[in-house]
Amino acid sequence: MSLRKSAAFAAFLVAVGLATTGLTIAAADAKTVRWARSGDALTLDPHAQNEGPTHALNHHFYEPLVLRDPEGNLVAGLAASWKVTADPSVWEFKLRPNVVFHNGNPLTADDVVFSLDRARQPTSDMKGLLTSVASVAKVDDLTVHIKTNEPNPLLPNNLTNMFIMNKRWSEANNVQKPQDFKNKEENFAVRNANGTGPFVLVSREPDVKTVMKRNDKYWGRGEVPLEITEIIYTPIKSDATRVAALLSGEVDFVQDVPVQDIERLKSTQNLRVNLGPENRTIFFGMNVGAADLKSDNVEGKNPFADKRLRQAMNMVINRQAIQRVAMRGQSVPTGVLMPPFVNGWTKELDAPPAADMAKAKALMAEAGYQNGFSVALNCPNDRYVNDEAICQAAAGMFGQIGIKANLVSQSKSLHFPLIQKTPPETDFYLLGWGVPTFDSEYIFSFLYHTRSGKFGSWNATGYSNPDMDKLIESLSGETDTAKRNAMIAKIWAQLQSDVIYLPIHHQVLAFAMKNNIDVPVDPENQPKLKYVAFKK
Amino acid sequence: MFAYILRSLAQGVLVIIVVALIAFSMFRFVGDPVASLAGQEASVADREELSERLGLNDPIFIQFARFLGGAAQADFGISYRQGRPVAGLLAERLPATVELAVLSALFALIVGIALGVYAAIRRRGVIANIVMVLSLIGVSLPTFLIGIGLIYIFAVELRWLPSFGRGETIKIGWWTTGLLTESGRKSLIMPVLTLGFFQLTLIMRLVRSEMLEALRSEYIRFARARGVPERVVQLRHALRNTMIPVITIAGLQLGSVIAFAIVTETVFQWPGLGALFVNSVQFVDIPVMATYLMFVAFVFVVTNLLVDLVYYLIDPRLRGGLRRGRP
Repeated sequence: MSLRKSAAFAAFLVAVGLATTGLTIAAADAKTVRWARSGDALTLDPHAQNEGPTHALNHHFYEPLVLRDPEGNLVAGLAASWKVTADPSVWEFKLRPNVVFHNGNPLTADDVVFSLDRARQPTSDMKGLLTSVASVAKVDDLTVHIKTNEPNPLLPNNLTNMFIMNKRWSEANNVQKPQDFKNKEENFAVRNANGTGPFVLVSREPDVKTVMKRNDKYWGRGEVPLEITEIIYTPIKSDATRVAALLSGEVDFVQDVPVQDIERLKSTQNLRVNLGPENRTIFFGMNVGAADLKSDNVEGKNPFADKRLRQAMNMVINRQAIQRVAMRGQSVPTGVLMPPFVNGWTKELDAPPAADMAKAKALMAEAGYQNGFSVALNCPNDRYVNDEAICQAAAGMFGQIGIKANLVSQSKSLHFPLIQKTPPETDFYLLGWGVPTFDSEYIFSFLYHTRSGKFGSWNATGYSNPDMDKLIESLSGETDTAKRNAMIAKIWAQLQSDVIYLPIHHQVLAFAMKNNIDVPVDPENQPKLKYVAFKK
Repeated sequence: MFAYILRSLAQGVLVIIVVALIAFSMFRFVGDPVASLAGQEASVADREELSERLGLNDPIFIQFARFLGGAAQADFGISYRQGRPVAGLLAERLPATVELAVLSALFALIVGIALGVYAAIRRRGVIANIVMVLSLIGVSLPTFLIGIGLIYIFAVELRWLPSFGRGETIKIGWWTTGLLTESGRKSLIMPVLTLGFFQLTLIMRLVRSEMLEALRSEYIRFARARGVPERVVQLRHALRNTMIPVITIAGLQLGSVIAFAIVTETVFQWPGLGALFVNSVQFVDIPVMATYLMFVAFVFVVTNLLVDLVYYLIDPRLRGGLRRGRP
């Protein structure tokens, strides 16, 4: 479709090149990158949806104060520097000078205060990341103070997708609040964008095509390659069609590459596949807290409450086989619920437990379940890479020690509510977990802490350990890094020995592209194309 | 006649409302939209609050009444997935689907009738038999396989046609069309073939068997005995009398082609209603699903009515009945 257009554009560039320099420019490339992935961003409103593909696209128009580079390091975005003030519960952010929004308005502290307040509105989906924030205040034009309820050494980690909008633009277009579904009108920010980012929105047709051009006034032009002049972003839902579009040369860069096509694409001339670990771990959870399970055939007691049985299950999962059979080699088997980028990760924790069938059977007998039992295993079939295949493979492995896992696989929109409901409606389930803050505390608070208030919203295991809860809560106020890291190690040691979850593997991301570009794999699956350079 | 149309339309409205009601009672089996709407960090209370705000905690009948009340005022709500009014969203997607559906219906009808007549007349011919065998493949191959096969041959290997999308479109008022640009026309070829292939084989086999039936009937023998030329016997007398079932099937199929171009649209990333519906189901976008299903019911009601009306044009016996006041 746009082949002709880009060919025409290339011819035009050649013509311009010839006219201006009088020299032939070898293969004058339009430097357009046509980017395809399985789904579109839901909205351009930076605070309306806290969702991967939405953030991935918005990173090109909008910028946060701090962000993650492709290696996962925290780097400066709109903030030039940040530090904790003399008051440990106040963070100071110094903004970059001379940054302008796409419409020409300069970036000031007012915009930051406005944006962080907007992100904490009831209709914002980003508010969950800012629950520790008490107030945001302007100190001078380029200085902002963020006051937290108690000292929060990790506040910047929560801001990596917290985009800054222009206050004046937002007021002029009446978008002081994110979309409210009660309103009958579409919020102007849904299809329009005015950020400080490396690309400027040219046109947007949701689900069809989004075109953006390079922001020539971008503050970071000297710091990042920013060689792409135009991005044409097209969602292509069907896996086969998406891969075909890359093979036929209609797109240049493809995300969400199906694992079964990786080998073929790798072996195709002029194509490149970049592989790297994703910030996401896949695991099984079990209801360890209930007095009795609903879906099992054991009356009056809960087999999962017995730690020996959980240990046996952990031993019997053959993670290498799952990697080979279900994932076509594209996964990193693990023994802990934490991807390698996360603070608290160690090689020792990550090592999967040794498979030991004899010991597993002995533990089952010790727990009194030598005859086994049956239980329902809930599994999503459209959320993680080959999720249903993982469950099928694991069900067979549990069967080896007599646990008959009856697979119930369904869409994520039915699977997740089972976990989210209070009390949860699943006894045994598959889940994947990414850690946007890159710190263990996030995992502890959502997956291990007793479900109450802002804690434990994804803990469907019923695991509730008051001492552990206290330890987890004390992490957030601890400003001494060494002490805090020691606490994290201590918590992990306890949780690992309790065997609440059965970790399977970390997901691996594959980006496929033409040979002339090199898009580094982003652990959060949010490629930032300003980092892309063309091959000379 | 006029009273008949009015009565059909009144029945149609009832059908649409019943479809919407059934749709609404099914939505809870699709899932909970809050699971897709609320981010990972949302607390239990946040989710509960969002659910309340969307009115999802109310009984199904109250939700349905609220939706119907809005729909009566042409307000179908806001899409959960895209944050945009549903009516505008559907209007934006409609041209792509209609263009695809009408073209593939025409393709199926013209080629189907031609091949069907040919296969009936040259019943024992080699070509006719080859066509019949190929049509079996058309009936039995799943649509997505045909689509992927075409993409592999014409986009990946030969690189003649684009593998996805609509190409460049031109806006005429609120309508968009791909027929006026080269890339738009090229983009239409494979989806039209894919979507029309099944209908084509269906129509062709139907025309053939009806033709064979008609050619055996007495009026054909009389016509031949009277010395009417064979061509006229076949095309004027036999074909015309096979048209009633063909029009019925083709008409009803047009409805389903518009409504259920889902697979073709997904394979070719065609920005039509079917693709929108698939995305909406995955996201549990209730306002879009409900409006779409009502629209589909409407399409069926209208095509049924049109098929009824076409009968009058084709079958003179029905026209006679009409004059006596019997529809």
